[in-house]
Amino acid sequence: MCGIAGLIHRGKSSKVGHELQGMLQALKHRGEDSTGYALYGDTDGKNFIMRFKVGENVGEGSTSVAEDVSVYDERKKIVDSYLNEMGAKIIKEERTLPYSLRYEIEYNKKDLLEFSQKIESIPGVEILSMGKSLEVIKDLGNAKMVCDRYNLDKLVGTHAIGHARMATESGVDIKSAHPFWGYPFSDVSVVHNGQLTNYWNNRRALENKGMRFMSECDSELIAVYLAEKMRDGASLEEGMKESLTGLDGVFTYFVATKDSLGMAKDTMAAKPLVLYESDDLVAMGSEEIAIRSILPQEIDTYDPFDGEVKVWQI
Amino acid sequence: MANIKSVSKKTKAQAMGMHTEVLTGRTQQKFFNPDEAENFYYFGTHDVDFNKRTDLDVKDMTAAEANKEIDNLMGQGYGTIVIKNPQGKHSLGVGILNKLNLIFEGSLGYFGMGSCDGPIVRINGRVGWSCAENLMAGKVVIEKNAGSCFGAAIRGGDLICKGSVGARTGIDMKGGTIIIGGDAGAFTGFMMQRGRIIILGDVGINLGDSMYDGTIFVGGEIGSYGSDAVDAELTKSDQDWLKRKLKVAEIGENFDVSKMKKIVAGKKLWNYDNLEPTEKKGAI
Repeated sequence: MCGIAGLIHRGKSSKVGHELQGMLQALKHRGEDSTGYALYGDTDGKNFIMRFKVGENVGEGSTSVAEDVSVYDERKKIVDSYLNEMGAKIIKEERTLPYSLRYEIEYNKKDLLEFSQKIESIPGVEILSMGKSLEVIKDLGNAKMVCDRYNLDKLVGTHAIGHARMATESGVDIKSAHPFWGYPFSDVSVVHNGQLTNYWNNRRALENKGMRFMSECDSELIAVYLAEKMRDGASLEEGMKESLTGLDGVFTYFVATKDSLGMAKDTMAAKPLVLYESDDLVAMGSEEIAIRSILPQEIDTYDPFDGEVKVWQI
Repeated sequence: MANIKSVSKKTKAQAMGMHTEVLTGRTQQKFFNPDEAENFYYFGTHDVDFNKRTDLDVKDMTAAEANKEIDNLMGQGYGTIVIKNPQGKHSLGVGILNKLNLIFEGSLGYFGMGSCDGPIVRINGRVGWSCAENLMAGKVVIEKNAGSCFGAAIRGGDLICKGSVGARTGIDMKGGTIIIGGDAGAFTGFMMQRGRIIILGDVGINLGDSMYDGTIFVGGEIGSYGSDAVDAELTKSDQDWLKRKLKVAEIGENFDVSKMKKIVAGKKLWNYDNLEPTEKKGAI
């Protein structure tokens, strides 16, 4: 059991970091092994924002092996040198935690595949997100703990998706936490609640087509699956509709891009989702209390039906 | 029979006369005898006055605190309780075993009104998954939409949703009536064993899948039939019953019940012929 939440403001920006924190914290009983945010902030759209990690959180409850902090510094140095080699200029650098970094990068090439492969060839380094407005922040603990640790409360943007995780099929670590970046597409992220039963078959097929997996979490398959569909020319919505039959198991998932937010529910409708939709806001979550955390007044909500796919634009 | 208010805990179950175990052979059940009503005491119930009304704001309460307070108010004789600010909390109003007018001004989360027996409930909002699970008697009316597993395993009473409901409505139901004003999701009536479901709108795939018995009435389109769910003739008696039920439910006032589809169990999945005659009686 995990909890997912998402919201999109249409025609305006808001403190989406604070709002999503409230929604995910309301779902913490569904899992607090780790919590992740995919926030689409207001930016000028000129530079890439790269969130990456050079190590794991090895705090209480983690399944990761402890490493000396000096290893993180070494990895960071290699990342910096590779960026320089590829012609990427670091405009701004933030190191929130020893293992977690945020770079604002001037990089003019559109294809992020080669870029990502080069950076992630460094053992222990993983790009959490790469986009002009997307920032994926994920770590161990509940929504409030992660929000406080990364100062997400004040982040202003148009939309966001997030995940409160109860680890069931892979380790308690950052690499298995949601959201997953839709590598190698900039600004694509995915969160999922459920279990995928044809993970390995799909993974083998996608790896043979050159797609990359960073974890053994079944949910990562959705991000890779959609990325592969889009790589072959499908729209986001087309890819999502294909996933209803291409992915086997029970699932409700959200996917977000730079300017849109979508949801898909499996044909068995086995995983919950409550949805609120108005002209200027769409909010959804595994339970109504997530929506109530930002909309305490009486509102009309509903459960999307089995096999339903919806996409909203900002 | 002794008044069981005064007997020890150890002997209460036997003294109630509801379940008399026969230690050899199959269990036999002795049903409640109306002649002994004055001696019958339903644990957890209160004598309430419907004209005695109060409000309860649960905004800053946990579900357990709210439910305990509802019980306290019933203990004080309040027969009409209005719950303010439920705000999607889970498990509100569960385990109410006596007559009560209960009104929720807002929406409930999961498992609202579970395992109740007797209250008349109006929810002026939406309900999450598994609303009124195991309802034994009474009436629960939801003014807006409902989540999945609506009315799971109910045994009696009327459960009414004026909006649309999610998947697996009436799963494993063993009695009572579920009425849906809007649409219903996949696997409606999944493994239902008795009772009736009325859906005025459309219904999703696998309707009545593996149903043992009971009846489903659908006013709109059917996504697909589940295993062993088959059409049956809509009789005049069915139509009269539907009209009465919809009137009581205060929905579908002008709905043309004569065009509704009636779905029942084909009974091809029944395996009762393999049972011994004495076992058949118990199974049915």
